[in-house]
Formats: sequence, C-alpha cells, structure tokens
Amino acid sequence: MSGIELTVNGLVVREAVEPRLLLTDFLRHRLGLTGTHVGCEHGVCGACTVLLDGVSVRGCCVLAIQADGSRVDTVESLAESGPLTALQESFRRHHALQCGFCTPGILMAATDLLSRGRPTRAEIADMLSGHLCRCTGYTQIVDAIEACVEPTRGRGGNT
Amino acid sequence: MKPAAFRYVRAESLGEALAALADGGEDAKPIAGGQSLVPALNLRLVRPTLLVDLNHAGLDGVAENGALTVGATSRQATLVGDERVHSLVREALPFVGHFVTRNRGTVGGSIAHADGAAELPLCLVALGGRVVVDGPGGRREIPAEEFFVTHFTTALTTGELVVETVWPLAASGESCAFEELALRAGDFAQSMVAVVLRRDAGGTVVDASVAVGAVSDHPLRLREVERLLVGSSGAEAAADAGSLAAALVDPPGSIHASARYLRALTGSLTTRAIERAA
Repeated sequence: MSGIELTVNGLVVREAVEPRLLLTDFLRHRLGLTGTHVGCEHGVCGACTVLLDGVSVRGCCVLAIQADGSRVDTVESLAESGPLTALQESFRRHHALQCGFCTPGILMAATDLLSRGRPTRAEIADMLSGHLCRCTGYTQIVDAIEACVEPTRGRGGNT
Repeated sequence: MKPAAFRYVRAESLGEALAALADGGEDAKPIAGGQSLVPALNLRLVRPTLLVDLNHAGLDGVAENGALTVGATSRQATLVGDERVHSLVREALPFVGHFVTRNRGTVGGSIAHADGAAELPLCLVALGGRVVVDGPGGRREIPAEEFFVTHFTTALTTGELVVETVWPLAASGESCAFEELALRAGDFAQSMVAVVLRRDAGGTVVDASVAVGAVSDHPLRLREVERLLVGSSGAEAAADAGSLAAALVDPPGSIHASARYLRALTGSLTTRAIERAA
C-alpha cells in the first residue's frame, strides 16, 4: 500500500492504495463518488470519464496512484448542491439523457471540449464517438452540447 | 476485471526510469498514457510485476530543429492543431482513438506499443522518421522502418525505452493524404494507407512514399507501388497503383472482413489517397 494525496472536487484526500487500484474504483468505493460510472473497464465506453488536472480522461485507464498530487473533478463537482451548470440544464432541456448511465462521462468530456473554444457540430459528434449511449441515438446530446457553444468567443478558447 | 498485483515506481527522471526497469528485468513494464496498457492489465492480458511510470520523468515536449522531435510522453492531443506537425500526421490524428483517449495517450506509447493497426507508427514509417531509444546499452536512433518488427514487437531490447520520435517536416513540392476505414469512428482500422508525393516544377512525381497498415503485422512500405508512381503525374497512375497495392498485401481476414475484401479495400484506399495527394 502506498500513500497518495490528491484534490478531489476541491477537497484534499489522503488515502493508502494498492498500485493496481483504478481511479474509478478509488472514486466510487473509497470516496463514495458513485456518479462516475464503470461500463466496459477497458477504455471503450467513456462512462468513467473524469477531469484529471482539468483534462478529460478515462478513469478506468488511470491508476489511482498515478493521480497522486493531481486534481480530479468528477460529475459531482459540476453542481454540488447548487443550481445545474448551463450544460446540465441544456441536457435536461433537450432531453439528452434517458437511462443516464453514459451521462456523467459525456458531461465531463463535453465540459472539457467546451472549455477549449467553440466546437463545430462535427467536432461534437467526433468527441461523442468515444461515448457509448444505447438510449438516445445521440441527436439530442449533440443538440444539448451545441446549444452551450458560446456564440461570441473566438476559436481556440484563449479569449 | 481488475489488474493483477504489481509494484509501482514513479520515475522522476530518465535515469530513474532506466534504473527501475533494469531492476525489474523482463517482467517490468513502463507506463505512460496507459490507454493500451491499462485495458490490457484490466483484462489480465498482461501481468507485469513492476510498472515504471514515465509521466514525471521529463520526457515530454515538442521541439523543432530541422525535424520535429516529440518527447515520448507528449500527449497525442498536443499534436492536434500544432502547425509544425506534418499534415499527414494531422490528417491521421482524428483516427487515433477518441478525443478523451488522445488527452492521455502518448505519442511514444503508441510507437512503443506497435499495434499493427495504429496510425502513428504508419505515419512515422511513411515519413521516414526515426525512433530515439535509451537503455543499458546507451542511446541510439533507429529508422522507423527497422523499429517495427511485428505485432506488438519492436527493435527495443530488454530495459530500453523510447525517449523521443523524430518526424520530418513537410518539404516544398510535397503533398500527402491519409485514408482509413474502421467499423466505427475511433475503432482499429480495417485498412489504412498513407501517401506522400514529391513533385518537380513540371508536376512529375520524383519521390513517393506509400505505406499500408492494419492489413500487415507492421507498417509496410509498398516500394513497387512507389516505383510505379515516380515519373507519372500521380493521378494518372492512381488506379494502377491501387490494383498493385491490392495484389501486394496479404491480410489474414477476420469475422468482420474477408481477406479478399481487405485486399480490395486497400486498393481502393490507395487509389483514393493518391488522387487526393495528386
């Protein structure tokens, strides 16, 4: 067991972990953050996507011990107990989820994508190719994310 | 599933990484982005006894010095939108996994993993790039074409690491195209083709690189096809070049596509790539 210290959703966490513990299992079983879902556990379905130092990654393809010293943000960080983020509200408005299993991963990847600039509809669809949704057919998900692209910001996200 | 137990070392420098790998011997494995290795650990396809984490070893960074030198742990996503990156690679990058996996997956990892259906190894071979490795025998440079041996097998010896890859810059008079067919976006290619053509002022092809992947156990330059293109306008020889490419490859076929289909597909992709690069 090795000691790790990381910041999860703004709170500093210290835990002892086995090197083989996946970040997803650390979040769910140690911290009780069950918003991060586990689907395929080999990097295909995208349900476990979280932000690692602000960048979206597959939680099942990162070891918890690799996150030592890092900042991790899960779907629980988006709205804590306050109002929904614009993206979450857009998902509700566009009926962009049904069973909700894939939704946390998509929300985290889309949060990352939107933070980088103004993705086109094609770029949104390309991002979603890494997230399996078996309910919606994706159209409303693309609509929901596209509705959150800020109309005035320049491409590249540096403005 | 979950990985079998292993020891873990976070290397803070290249020296630490090489020492830890030497210590671990045959059953030690380096880990960088982990986008291929961690799934293989989860499925218990591999059971290393020691993982040496390279993410803090100072092996990232992109530098231009007559070519583009890409540190082994540079994320694939860092090449997206970088104008210095050869346009062949920029065409291929959207086919490399997905948005989220490119954030974590590394350039050196993709090269060292040497999946026969991976795009970056094919591009490095097509461009005539090089792989810089370091290990117990010291630092050495290996031409990409000699680096890839067969499925998941490279010229790396025990204890050696890929430390950087060297990518030629686009030259004047050069044009290129990358073509791939996969069953779904982000899936492994059924077949893929990279074409780089260089022309004289009159538009005649003076140099050609045509390489195929996924239909062979490692990226394969098709030199007969290249010879067919030299001296032509490119476009006029595209159909013949496609037929020749189809005849030259010998894919095994799978439940998704027969060998005959994959040969025809490779021919079509070759023709299409040459026409686009023409």
